[in-house]
Order: sequence, then C-alpha cells, then structure tokens
Amino acid sequence: MIETVASVGLPIDEKLMIQKNRLVPVNGLSGNEKRISIVTGTHGDELEGQYVCYELQRRIKENIECLTGIVDVYPAINPLGIDSITRGIPGFDLDMNRIFPGLENGSMPEYIASKIIDDLSGSAAVVDIHASNIFLEEIPQVRINELSRDTLVPLAKHLNVDYIWVHSSATVLESTLAYSLNVIGTPTLVVEMGVGMRITKKFGDQLTDGILALIKELGIWNGDVITPKEPIISEDGEVSFINAGKSGVFVPCVGHWKNVKKDGHIGDILNPLTGEINERILAPTDGIVFTLREYPIVNEGSLIARILA
Amino acid sequence: MKEKLIFELNSVYRDNMRIKGYSFGEGEESACIVGATRGNEVQQLYICSRLINIFKQLEHQGKIKYGKSVMVIPTVNSHSMNIGKRFWSTDNTDINRMFPGYNLGETTQRIAAGVFENISSYKFGIQFTSFYMQGDYIPHVRVMQTGFEDIELAKDFGLPYVYRRNARPYDTTTLNYNWQLWETKAFSVYTSATDKIDVVSAREAINAVLSFLNKQGIIQYRCHEGFISQFIEGHSLMNVKSATAGIFIRHADVDSRVKKGDVIAEIMDPYTGETADRVIAPQNGIVFFHVNQPLIYSQTPLFRIIPTDDLV
Repeated sequence: MIETVASVGLPIDEKLMIQKNRLVPVNGLSGNEKRISIVTGTHGDELEGQYVCYELQRRIKENIECLTGIVDVYPAINPLGIDSITRGIPGFDLDMNRIFPGLENGSMPEYIASKIIDDLSGSAAVVDIHASNIFLEEIPQVRINELSRDTLVPLAKHLNVDYIWVHSSATVLESTLAYSLNVIGTPTLVVEMGVGMRITKKFGDQLTDGILALIKELGIWNGDVITPKEPIISEDGEVSFINAGKSGVFVPCVGHWKNVKKDGHIGDILNPLTGEINERILAPTDGIVFTLREYPIVNEGSLIARILA
Repeated sequence: MKEKLIFELNSVYRDNMRIKGYSFGEGEESACIVGATRGNEVQQLYICSRLINIFKQLEHQGKIKYGKSVMVIPTVNSHSMNIGKRFWSTDNTDINRMFPGYNLGETTQRIAAGVFENISSYKFGIQFTSFYMQGDYIPHVRVMQTGFEDIELAKDFGLPYVYRRNARPYDTTTLNYNWQLWETKAFSVYTSATDKIDVVSAREAINAVLSFLNKQGIIQYRCHEGFISQFIEGHSLMNVKSATAGIFIRHADVDSRVKKGDVIAEIMDPYTGETADRVIAPQNGIVFFHVNQPLIYSQTPLFRIIPTDDLV
C-alpha cells in the first residue's frame, strides 16, 4: 500500500511527495507486529538503494505468506534530487543528511525531514542505504557511531556486509537521519556500498540477502534466508586514509577489496599535459582497500583510498 | 598594505587558486575580516574589496593605530566564483562547513585548514556571509550561541539589530563557530544581498566595520556611529509560512512596519492569475527577512517578523 509521508506544493502544478510502500502480512495486522523500514535516496546521486528497494519487495511479494510483520520501503526521501541528478536538495543546495531531525515549522527541507523522522520513529530497525558518491567506490559496509555500538553491531552482523566500521562521534554528524533516529531509540543502520550514479547489482543482491536475514531475526519474516557472512569489524584507529598530494588524473593499479602490502603500489596521479607522473601512490600500511577512488580527476587532498589495516 | 599568500591550491586543468590576505598596520593581530566563502557571495567580495581600498587610505594617513594590524581576505573560494558555483567547484562541498579544517584531509578541508591557520589568532573576527535561502535581511550582526559570544561587543557595529541564534550540530564546522572556540571574538555580518551588489547596504556594512574597529581602538576613523542596536533572538521572531505554492507577490519590504491583519503578500496561481492565498501579518512588527524568489513552495517561511507593540 503506497502512502504519502510528506507533501509539499511546488510552484507550478506539481507536488513534492515523499512516499513509502507498506508490505503487510496476507492475513492483515493484529496491531502487535514489528516494523522494519528501508530508507534510501537521501542524496540524489546515490542510486544503489533503488535496486535494493525493488529486489527486496520482489522477493517478499513472491513469498508474501512468510511475512509476519510490516516492511516499509522509502525509496526516495529526496525525490527532486534523484530526478535532477542533484546530490543535495534542488533549489536549496542543502545536504539533506545535515538537516535532521528537521523542524515542522521550518523551511521546506526541515519540514520534510521532521515528517520523515515522525514516520520512521518506532521501527524495530531502520536500514538507511547510501552509495558513497560519484568519486569513491565502497565495499558493502555498515557504519556505526561509537555511541550506538552496543545496540547496532549485533543487528549489523545480519546484513551480510563485508565490513562494519565503528567510527568516532562528531558533532556535525548529529544532523544525520541515522543519529537523529538512534538518539530517540529507533535503531538505524547506515549502509554504504558501491558508487554514486550507478547500480552494482552484485552488491544490491548481497544486501537484499542481508536485509531478509535481519527481518527474520527481528521476527518479521519466516521464509528461508542465507547465513550472513562474518563481517570484519574495526574502529577508526585501524583505518588509514590516502589523500592525493598532487592534482591530476588518478589511475589505480589495485583492485577494490584487495590486500595490499605496506609501500605497495596503489596507483599514479598522471599529468596529461606534461606526460609525467605527478605522484606515485603507495600503501601506508598492510591491509585491505575498502574504499577506492572511482572518479579519475583529483585535486590536492582528494580521497584516493581507505585501507583497513 | 602587504599582500600575503594565505593558501595556494595547485590544479592541472586550471590556474592555481590563490587565497590572498591584505594586511594593514604592524603588531598585534587585532582584526581579521573574511569575505566570500561561497562562489555566489559577490556582495561579500565587493564589501571586502572596498574595505581594502579604505584601509589602504587609512594606513597612508597613519590612522591604523600603532601596534595594531588588520587583515582582509576578500574570498577563500575564487575557483567557484569564477565559474558561478556556490560550493566547491569539483565536489560541491561547502568550505564554510569545513572549519577548522584538516591539512591532510580532503581538498576543502585543506583549504579551510590553510585559511584557519592564518587567522585563528586574531582578537576579532568578522565574516561576511549568506543564508542558504534566497532572501533579503535587515543588515544585522549575527552571533552564534556558543557560550563565548559577546552581545554587548556586537552592538559596537551600530547596526540596527544584533541577532543571536542557537548553534545547531551542522554549525559546529563553520568559521564563526571555530573562531569562537579559538577565543576570537567572532561576528557574522549580513547585508541585504548575496549574488548581486547592493551598494547602499554594502556602504552600511562597511561603515559598521569601520565604526566597530574605531571603538576597539584599532583604527582612527570618524563616522556616524549608527544605531543603538536592538538584541533579538531567533526564537523570538515570528515565522510566516506559505500555505500554498505559486507566484510570490510581495507587498512588504524588509525593515517595513506591518500591522496585524495586513496583507503582506499574495500567492498567485501560476496558470490562472487568480489569488490562491493572501499572506497575513499575524501580529504587529517589523519585517526582518523575506524570501526574494518569484516562485515559492508551500511550507516556505516567507517572512520573519520582529514583534512590536506599535501603539503609536
């Protein structure tokens, strides 16, 4: 059943609508069912979650008799951004994931954010799917604020991701959807995977398997599920960042999610004008490349890779 | 006047981006003034360039006080200004959400770190900035509530209002907030324009800065000292929102007095030209802010009004 969570009139004959699809058991609701919410499309250039929304619903509908609780799917909480290939909210140039929990009496984006929080509040779990951005490719991973570690790590292990990154708390992140929900007691897992403006079907299938495993764990599904893979769990101190020291064109020579040795060759930053190598990028440590630059053009400081030691 | 290269970013496809500061006087780092951090902050750039011109004259006349120095950075984001983008030219990040910066981090973190390293030890910090919604304000000084803000000092600008707002989590990476944490007395000055030049409000802002620096004993400058500023807080303002979307026909300007029941705007149906909604002043007051876009969404805060009794 498609429901409208928030609606705002646009100037000329159009409504901005935040919609969700609610899947319920075939025999109806008793009122005691648990609910899981799948949210994506916060950033208009992150599309990996679109496939997951489709695939999850397809699999549930194929075996709808196995559904014992509520699954709410929110494919686009920034629909104008997705439609216009804009990362932020068009017309405001705002990052939607920096305005939560929103404000009912605030500007249009703040009003929408408050309605979304109201609607998601009370879910047994929320899975907030992101796709890095157009610049970086990420291995399927869950990112957890250290403040919510005890609640979220056990849930995240069911999501069939390769990696769980427990990161330190930062005040600026208090404006995210996940923080705002976790702080009011609605457990929310942030998934990062793939790359902006693309759909990586393999990752989407992997996460869909994991979401079904999670909803079974929550008692919302009694169908067959996979045994989730055992993720690597790490904290900030085990992650090394590699940033470009020079501007130019980055060409990698390692694969994503591959082991590298300290001082091993990660790639080069090339100068197409002079035909020279501006910078040779070496691994600062032994480890696995879990984030890798996808967009070739780099400025000084652009993130090239993250390595898990 | 000394020109200082604050930060330089090398680029393969464009000329390097050079952030320049212009300093006047010698000695204590007394006041730093920062203009455009976003690519559309043309008014902020204009004001700083005018201030540099004035400080040059004051220095020539020996009116920068002995042992004091002032620095002006007209823009920290010329690459975006040159191509008409508000945020960083490649990844669309906001330099004014990257402070205090990180010199080993991403590009805009490095820019912020390079700038902040050069300006964090000034006694007073003044930033000309803009709001994310397109609109016009009464010129005012804005301070963020951090526990270190100084309202009485802000009144020395002589602008009509000193406005204090609560810092939200996303404010903690702005220049103003970090200046305050590093014990600089920080103020944001808002004028009536951003992506166009409004000479009248620019002149008012320039005069306010000069008046402020004169009162702090940093320069010697005779001018009208402005207003006895009224202190207002964000929560005390009335928000007037649009109930419907359409073409916004505004009847009330900033700084105008409105009475309860006045029709301060109309929303016109964009197809039929009929009045879809009348926007009514809920109380007596003075218009502090209004949006200036011709097409508006529903739920848009159209006006912010300072409540007044106005019995006269």
